Amino acid sequence: MANKVKAIILTGNGTNCEMEMAHACKLAGADRYDIVHISELLFGEKRLSDYNFLNLPGGFLDGDDLGSAKAGANRFLHAPISGANEMLIEELLKFINAGGLILGVCNGFQLMVKLGLLPALSGNFTRQSATLTFNDSGRFEDRWVYLRANAQSPCVFTKELDTVYYPVRHGEGKFVPESNAILEQIERKNLTVFQYGNADGSVTMDYPANPNGSVRAIAGICNESGRLFGLMPHPEAFLHRTNHPRWTREDLPEEGQGLAIFKNAVAFIRGKEF
Amino acid sequence: MTNRIEVGFKKGIRDALGEKTKKRIADNLGLPVASVATVEVYTVAGELSAAELRQSAEGPLSDPVIQEYAINKPLAKNFDWLIEVGFRPGVTDNVGKTAREAITLLLGTSLGERKINVYTSRQYLISGPITKADAENIASGLLANDLIERHQVVGRAEFDFVNGMPAHIPQVTGRDEPQVAKINLTRLDAAALLKISQEKLLALNLEEMQAIAAHFADPAVVKARRKFGLDENTTDVELECLAQTWSEHCKHKIFNSRIDYFDGRTKKTINSLFKTYIKGSTAKIRKAKGRKDFCLSVFVDNAGVIKFNKEHNLVFKVETHNSPSALDPYGGALTGIVGVNRDPFGTGLGAKLIFNTDVFCFASPFHRKKLPPRILHPRRIYEGVREGVEHGGNKSGIPTVNGSIVFDERYLGKPLVYCGTAGIMPARLNGKPTHTKEIKPGDVIIMTGGRIGKDGIHGATFSSEELHEGSPVTAVQIGDPITQKKMTDFLLKARDRGLYRALTDNGAGGLSSSIGEMAAYSGGCEIDLSLAPLKYAGLQPWEILVSEAQERMSLAVDPKKVGKFLDLARKMGVEATVLGRFTKSGIFHVRYGEKTVACLDMDFLHDGVPQMKLSARWKAPKHAEPVFAAPANLGKALSQMLSRLNICSKESVVRQYDHEVQGGSVVKPLVGAQNDGPSDAGIVRPVLDSMEGVVVAHGICPRLSDIDAYHMTACAIDEAVRNAVAVGVDLDHLAGLDNFCWCDPVKSAKTPDGDYKLAQLVRSNMAIYDITTAYGVPCISGKDSMKNDYSIGKTKISVPPTLLYSVIGKIPDVRKAVTMDAKRPQDLVYVLGETRDELGGSEWFAQHNAVGNKVPQVDAKKAMRLYRALSQAIRAGLVASCHDCSDGGLAVALAETAFAGGLGLNVDLKDVPYRGKKRDDYILFSETASRFVVTVRPQDKTKFDKRMKGNVAREIGFVTGDGLMQVSGLSGKTIIQEKIGKLKEAWQKPLNF
Repeated sequence: MANKVKAIILTGNGTNCEMEMAHACKLAGADRYDIVHISELLFGEKRLSDYNFLNLPGGFLDGDDLGSAKAGANRFLHAPISGANEMLIEELLKFINAGGLILGVCNGFQLMVKLGLLPALSGNFTRQSATLTFNDSGRFEDRWVYLRANAQSPCVFTKELDTVYYPVRHGEGKFVPESNAILEQIERKNLTVFQYGNADGSVTMDYPANPNGSVRAIAGICNESGRLFGLMPHPEAFLHRTNHPRWTREDLPEEGQGLAIFKNAVAFIRGKEF
Repeated sequence: MTNRIEVGFKKGIRDALGEKTKKRIADNLGLPVASVATVEVYTVAGELSAAELRQSAEGPLSDPVIQEYAINKPLAKNFDWLIEVGFRPGVTDNVGKTAREAITLLLGTSLGERKINVYTSRQYLISGPITKADAENIASGLLANDLIERHQVVGRAEFDFVNGMPAHIPQVTGRDEPQVAKINLTRLDAAALLKISQEKLLALNLEEMQAIAAHFADPAVVKARRKFGLDENTTDVELECLAQTWSEHCKHKIFNSRIDYFDGRTKKTINSLFKTYIKGSTAKIRKAKGRKDFCLSVFVDNAGVIKFNKEHNLVFKVETHNSPSALDPYGGALTGIVGVNRDPFGTGLGAKLIFNTDVFCFASPFHRKKLPPRILHPRRIYEGVREGVEHGGNKSGIPTVNGSIVFDERYLGKPLVYCGTAGIMPARLNGKPTHTKEIKPGDVIIMTGGRIGKDGIHGATFSSEELHEGSPVTAVQIGDPITQKKMTDFLLKARDRGLYRALTDNGAGGLSSSIGEMAAYSGGCEIDLSLAPLKYAGLQPWEILVSEAQERMSLAVDPKKVGKFLDLARKMGVEATVLGRFTKSGIFHVRYGEKTVACLDMDFLHDGVPQMKLSARWKAPKHAEPVFAAPANLGKALSQMLSRLNICSKESVVRQYDHEVQGGSVVKPLVGAQNDGPSDAGIVRPVLDSMEGVVVAHGICPRLSDIDAYHMTACAIDEAVRNAVAVGVDLDHLAGLDNFCWCDPVKSAKTPDGDYKLAQLVRSNMAIYDITTAYGVPCISGKDSMKNDYSIGKTKISVPPTLLYSVIGKIPDVRKAVTMDAKRPQDLVYVLGETRDELGGSEWFAQHNAVGNKVPQVDAKKAMRLYRALSQAIRAGLVASCHDCSDGGLAVALAETAFAGGLGLNVDLKDVPYRGKKRDDYILFSETASRFVVTVRPQDKTKFDKRMKGNVAREIGFVTGDGLMQVSGLSGKTIIQEKIGKLKEAWQKPLNF
């Protein structure tokens, strides 16, 4: 029998894309798509182990005051779950070990990278080995970008995707690996999932098609299992053709290109043993 | 013990903030510095061990991949000048607060109990051949606002490379015991009363002071007060409370005054502009709509409420935050946006916020003349305000979907910063309608959100005055969007669980306004100010009552639900404090501990303010008619027009606002082939399961008030409605908001022409009545800001009377929406509406340094007929593109339509329906109201023409694929032949920084 898809969309402390992310999970066919405030996890009222698809939406965790998602990552690492004799990070690691999927978008991606969940080389999920920092332009920008998907990537969220068009909305999206050795591993293992590109799919370092100056034009990466995936652009912002900036002048299918990410996640969970 | 943790970028890592600062130093100050690096400084006051400091620095405070840190020694190495900028005591330090919370979590101990605090500052390390005076100029002219920040400038030679900068703690040190001053007003003469009003920044006039004095002299009042240990003396708490409640800002005394108006022919007495024209027009429209009336709550709550569909209501409010933005553009604008967020949020039972709008009025950022004292350079205002709204909107997760920037030299004295927010609420919750408020005696008063500090004291009275020498610094606040977001997340949950009965926002006037207004529902209240959570010790009771510290809501909670309410707040990390209860005593009763510090009759507090009696005299101004020949090269003229500040692209600002969070974006601010054409209106889908959309647009044309504020207003309303029509709004489901920003219209020694300015206000109100009733677009809420003047020494600068009219409406199916960009070659180009030689107040005349007299006049009846026909054509799918003609007239609208679509067009001016002096430039640039440029597929022509029957709608040419804009003139010759790429470049260039 196919697995139930139980999506949790985490919110609180400045997260703000939870509604559309939950809507994406719903449209993709998830059986559950619960928006859960992080306090519900911290007070043991909800448990990650009741879910198999964790969504970390965009926003400004704690205002990104100490750098994007820094204070948010600090909370994940050091907040205890009251009455459970367990830390939140332990519950998160259990979730990963149980084979759960995690999708981090924008601030969610920043959170994953700063926690160490991505790229998490050799399965080390709590050591930060890359970062997302200020755009080269020094400013927040909202603009649509073309993304070239890596067909060789193990990412379970991007099966069959080629070039897609999503909006970015961030001030700190420049991907920087800790070292060339880390970058080399990311590339060798095909953990690069999306790169910024031109409309024809060719990868570019040129602004504004590459909106932030990311190293190797990296827009999104996954871990080695392909079950943990984070990206700066917002797939949940393109669920219907009327989200597209040129929908009044182009012939577009009714469904937005962002939904594919969530459909792939749902299909993967349905077809897998847990 | 005080420690400093410094965090900077590792070698080889780009310092984007440093780069940006370098560019701004070059652009704004003309100083070519070689490089700028930045260092973030966390000053930790209190006992933290060396190991704890290191853990903090390594953990939340720095990013190990790209940053390095140093504790109690400097990171600064290579620089010529070091500038360190930190906050002054008591100024909101959001980053410091977050750092403190993060360290608390990290160490697992309470920093509060250990009395540890974190303060932030930033170092700019500048290299380059600049003098100390230059460095000082960079510090005070760009990096620090001396009102709220302190800065130090240190040269390389003086710098202590071993220990670095000494630690500085901007702690509020006041430790005053709470005191209540009493003053006997009952026997003072006029001069003494006025002196008290001025010295205490009460902004009350003589009549109002006398009304207060008379009240406290009333033996019955004194007798009642004795029961609470008070007498005929007025306490400072009472006096401040009355001043806030009776302020122009809160009571709209000018709008409610009795005005004798004379227009040169007839005299008229108007008993309240607000009741006569604004409430009056809405009542008339609602009556005419009958069963189709969609208004639910107008003028009674923090925002207006209309129906969206059976299940949901829409809530909308637009506010201004002008005076604070003049002093601190960033903090003022940030507070403006997060402040207006709380209006729809605090309406009825509370609404989820779905979009922001913003309209700014500035002087030219390229201003070159000397600045009068206390005025910041308009470029600095522009950048500060932009950034404040960016942080306020983006961090709150609310898309900014509509706005504009208007330029006029007279906004030098005070910029206008309009911020609007809409929300959506379920029509019913737990069986009850959500748009009304109910409070029962016995309900518990709870304040939630941020704490109270000295910030924002006297905001309401301050904004009721002109900007002057003694304008208070404490009136400036810095908003904290994350504290507010946490609070709104919590309150929406509490709302849905039915944990409170009513809520309202703490804005102008603080607790005195919020609880004062709520107490009117039950008939009284009793609160204890000693229970209020403070940011720091040393606040006097009156300060606690009137502080406008941000991010706070006041609630009425059923006593049975207080436990659950407080429990949810605690879990979600939001502070909530019981302050007292609502009563039916008829008294606004304030205690500090056991002692009564204010005891005011509710009737007197709310209705005791005497009505002002003013006079208004209208005399139409006469401007010189400009004399200039039509230029030979109209292509060049068009290019220059496209580069005018009021016409050119605002893309660099728009892009820095998130305009699509929440996932319902349909028509964005930027549209077209390259996503860079100027949209007429915004559309969002607030309910993602539905194809129903909300349309938002606005109109603003302040230059026209140089000729007649009646027509300025009529044109602004017409522009707002026209913009909404252009994207496909349902005309029968459209409501408006009026926001007046006037210069002081009360005749006095300071304002000798007050009666003329008041006549402008009267005429503006008359236009609101005439045009909104003709269009059936009711005002549902609004606001006025009446003292937008600057007056220091001999310099007086008054803003041009400015009305912003915002509209919110519904589009039943967003898939029928239309955008302004030309869609494909061969489509036919139409102009809808007659063009007349109405160039008075136009951009074309302004380009020739003239105003003129022939102001555009709205023919509302004709316009409405056209709008209805166009709406039906759009709904029938017959319109490929539709763009409103406004600033710069037909020529600008045509050029924008063309280059937004990446296409050319070919039109003939002889076909343009036109009445007036026959000149090509007049037809091209006249700003006659109620016109559109529309493109139509050739196969839809017959159907479109049929729909337009009885209206002025003329085919004037066609869209081309050659990328050329070609216009042939009245003589038959080609008068414009320009590449659209070049036109677009001229349009994009001026504000692209």
